[in-house]
Formats: sequence, structure tokens, C-alpha cells
Amino acid sequence: MYTQAMDTMAREAKGQVQAVKSAEEQAREAAFEARIDAGEFIEAKDWMPEHYRKTLVRQISQHAHSEIVGMLPEGNWVTRAPTLKRKAILLAKVQDEGGHGLYLYAAAETLGVSRDELLDALHSGRAKYSSIFNYPTLTWADIGVIGWLVDGAAIMNQVPLCRCSFGPYARAIVRVCKEESFHQRQGFDALNVMMTQGTPEQRAMVQDAVDRWWWPSLMMFGPPDGESVHGAQSARWGIKRISNDELRQKFVDATAEQAKVLGVTLPDPLLKWNAGRGHHDFGPIDWDEFWRVVGGHGPCNTERLAARVKAWDDGAWVRDAALAYAARQATREQAA
Amino acid sequence: MTAGNISVSETPLVLYTLRRADDALILGHRLSEWCGHAPMLEEDMALANMGLDLLGQARELYSYAAKVEGRDNDEDKFAYLRDVRQYRNLLLLEQPNGDFARTMVRQFFYAAFADLYWRVMMRSTDATLAAIAAKSEKESAYHLRHSSEWIVRLGDGTEESHRRAQEAIDLLWAFTGEMFEVDDSERGLIDAGIAVDPAPLRAQWMKRITGVVAEATLTLPNNGWMQQGGRSGRHSEHLGHLLSELQSMPRTFPGATW
Repeated sequence: MYTQAMDTMAREAKGQVQAVKSAEEQAREAAFEARIDAGEFIEAKDWMPEHYRKTLVRQISQHAHSEIVGMLPEGNWVTRAPTLKRKAILLAKVQDEGGHGLYLYAAAETLGVSRDELLDALHSGRAKYSSIFNYPTLTWADIGVIGWLVDGAAIMNQVPLCRCSFGPYARAIVRVCKEESFHQRQGFDALNVMMTQGTPEQRAMVQDAVDRWWWPSLMMFGPPDGESVHGAQSARWGIKRISNDELRQKFVDATAEQAKVLGVTLPDPLLKWNAGRGHHDFGPIDWDEFWRVVGGHGPCNTERLAARVKAWDDGAWVRDAALAYAARQATREQAA
Repeated sequence: MTAGNISVSETPLVLYTLRRADDALILGHRLSEWCGHAPMLEEDMALANMGLDLLGQARELYSYAAKVEGRDNDEDKFAYLRDVRQYRNLLLLEQPNGDFARTMVRQFFYAAFADLYWRVMMRSTDATLAAIAAKSEKESAYHLRHSSEWIVRLGDGTEESHRRAQEAIDLLWAFTGEMFEVDDSERGLIDAGIAVDPAPLRAQWMKRITGVVAEATLTLPNNGWMQQGGRSGRHSEHLGHLLSELQSMPRTFPGATW
């Protein structure tokens, strides 16, 4: 998931003064831009403008952080899954997310930052993760809805990134997307069973979860295009290829049909098919809520971050032991 | 269907299979509790991976127990609708995760046993159990390698990790004897070549763990007193809390399909 970095960066970048570039630097940048225009992949060892590197580090690390923070709301139900089959599916899914985190951190490391540095930025609150994970998972239906809507939105966001100009990220995304599609189908299936074979109580549980997750899922695509100054540069560099609003529309169109199949109502009275546009119209998004949650005031911001920090701090002695042992082994091997 | 306990016809083969299924489920559940909270991302994945292996073993064993029992029980009824007194797992496996050292020592003690046990069980005259053993042995071999490496790293790491690993060994040691016990119910199956006698595996198990523990600069307690009771449903207080969490959904929504 989760291209939110590029949107929040836009706000932060406002007011920064652009340094004057030398002729040499301008030539290198022109060559770089030409490669991107030609559809070439930029690789880790290639020269790249500092802002490109910085944007990518922010983007990839935010994506990695989102994967590992995202393990928490779903992990919240691993021990309470209602059948052994669902428990196995969920645990495998959360494990996949850890895997995504791992290879995304590895992709970010090719840009010259260590995983420890990136985690430090997360733990100190300097780095963000996708705000969607600052909402709580209250019932089992939330797990299905996260698969269907949240992973669905993530896939919409990420599929275009398979053609991202930075090779290591693009290749990681190909694998992430394959697994996310699988997760989305599993989420949909879990909900479908509850809706078609379940009791009225279970169907109400699904509807309640849809009501709570629908709007935050739409927010996952980021602010409207007009407010996303940064989008233009990212689009030019092929880091982000399709605008927030286009992706959001695509998601709404796909999801509205799936909701009918499931038999749930999306909580938007203004949602309706517009034959003239060939798309669904939908109601206004509460962007104040989005920025409030990004800014730290969502239902679970404090506890999500605290859980990550606690896991890291509690594990410090384990990592220290592994390092101490490895160092001792290296000394022994040298001596031998 | 109600959310009350099921009844189980514990013939020797059903009981035998449920005991192993409960072992796998309860340890798998404990490992899954680490999800998202491990000391490093690699361990988050390894613990989930081992949890999944065990959950898979549990499902196969429960399904087989249901088939052998021949009533209307299934994997989910066995897992979700038996209470503490009906669970048959080893006490070792229900012990709380504690810190990472305790989780690894628990894993190490059990995997060192399970690896030996499943290997011999591959020759069971019961084809289903032999097939489950073959799969479980491969998984246990990895669990043993993973946990052995951690025992050595922790024991021979820092002063703190050494202390924690030693405390975990001292705490869990008394739960290891139960792995090698046999009751009358199992004796008949052993004589028929369906089950294997774990008692003769004890010397080999001791040899394996002694080697790793020595390399880790740790020591095994001299204490010979051992806890027992899990196989007949006399558990520690911890299991009830585990089950109340594990079983909360089917107990709350009786008869629901998920």
C-alpha cells in the first residue's frame, strides 16, 4: 500500500527554496529525465537527482512501514479467528505482509538508508504509515472488509507502480500486487460466506464493518488532485502514474458492483451510476478527518505506534545478543 | 448447534490423535500470539511460519480424529467446543510465551522431541498417521534448527540474553518429562504398531539438547521432578485463558458459518 507519502510531502515542500543548479548538474538531470521519458528503469547504482532519491526513500519506506503497522489491526484477530481455516488464512496473510515489509525495506536500502534508520524514523514519529491502520478492528467482519476494501484500494494504488521508474521498487511491487490480489479475494470470500450462509446477526456485522471502513478506504487514494502539488513531479518521474482522483474513481466503480454481489449497502446516499460520465458519482469525502488522522488524531494512532515501539524496545536484548554472538563467532573464525 | 461443549468418544485411537492435534494447535496458537510483536521482522515471519505449520498439523489430525470417531464432530468442533478438561495437550505447550528466550526454549524442547517422534511415527501401521508424521517431521526439523540456533545465540550472546535463556530453561524443564510418558490407552496402540513408544527416544533427545545447551554455555537443571496431567486434561491455569480467547467467536455465535 500506500502512496500517501507523496501527498503529505507536498504540504511539507511548500515554502522550501530551490537551490541554483550548476550547468553540469542540469545536464545530468536532463539525461536522467530523458531515460525516464524513454521508459527505462533507473537502478540503484545509477545517478539520480537528490529529490528523486528522497521521494523514493519516503515512498518506499512509508510503504514498508504501512505493511508492518498493518500487521497489528489484523493480528488483533489471529487468536480469535472463528474457524481453523480462517485462522490459517489470516495468519498466512499477516505473514505475507511481514514479507512485503522485508523486501520493501530491502528496496529502500538500495538507496543508501539502513532499515534501522528507517525504523527509527517510524518510531520517533518522523515517518508516516498509511492512516487506514489507525482505525480499530472491532469485529471479525472487519478482517473481511480490510481484505475487500483496504487491500482492494491498495491494489488500485499499486498496480500502476509496477511500471514505476525505479527498478527495485517496481519489481517488489509486482510481487506485492500478486499477493494483495489473493488477499482481496480471500477477504471477499469471507464476507460472502457471512452474507450468503450467515445469520441476520452476521449480515449486520458485515454491514457495520462496511459502514465504518468505506470512507477511510476512499481516503487511501490521497487528497483531490487539485490539492496535490507534488503529484505532478512524481507523475513526470514515473513514480506515480495515475492521479489520486482517477484511481479513486476506478475503485468506486469496481467496488459499487462488488457491493451489489455481496448484498451490502455502501454508506453514501449520493452514490449512483452516471451514464453520461460512464462512472459512479459519489458524495463528498471528509478531508478534515483525513488530515486529522494523518496528523496523529485517529482512534488508534497512539497505540499502533506504541505497539511497534514496544516490540522494538522489548526485542533490543535479542538483537544485541545476535550481534554479540555473530561478532564472537567472527573472532573465533579468524583465530582458527 | 449450541455453543456448549461437545462430547467425544475417546477410543484409544481418537484420544491418541486428539492429543497430538491439541499439541499442535496450542503451540501454534502461542506462536501466533507473537504476530506483529517479535524482536525483528525476520522473527515475526519465522514465528508465523512455524505457527502455520503447527496449525496445519492440527487440522489434519483433528480431521482424522473426526473420521475415526465417526460421529458429527469435525476439526472446528474439536478445537472450539471442548473446554480445558477435554483438552489433551502437553503442559509445556500451553505455557505462556514470556520473553523471546522462553518462547525459544519451549520451541526447542518440543521440536527436539517432535522431530525424533514423527520420524519414528513415519513407520506407523496406520497409513494416515504415517503420512501426517512424514509432513510433520520435515517441519519439526526446521523448527528444531531455528530454535537451536537461537538457544546458542542467546546463551552465548550477552550477559542479559544468557541470564534470560537460563531462566527459561530452569522454568520449563519440569514440563519436559510429560513428552515421554505413556498410559494404558496408548500402550495398546504401541503394541499394534500404530503408535510408537516415546520412552526410548528420551536418551537421544537428551543427547541432542545437551549438545546445543553446552554450545550455548547454558546448563540443564539436575531437578528430576516433572509436571504431568495435560494428557488427561489436568492443565495449568494458563490454558483456560488461551481457550477463552481462541473459542470466543463460536461460543458467542453458536451455529454460525464463517
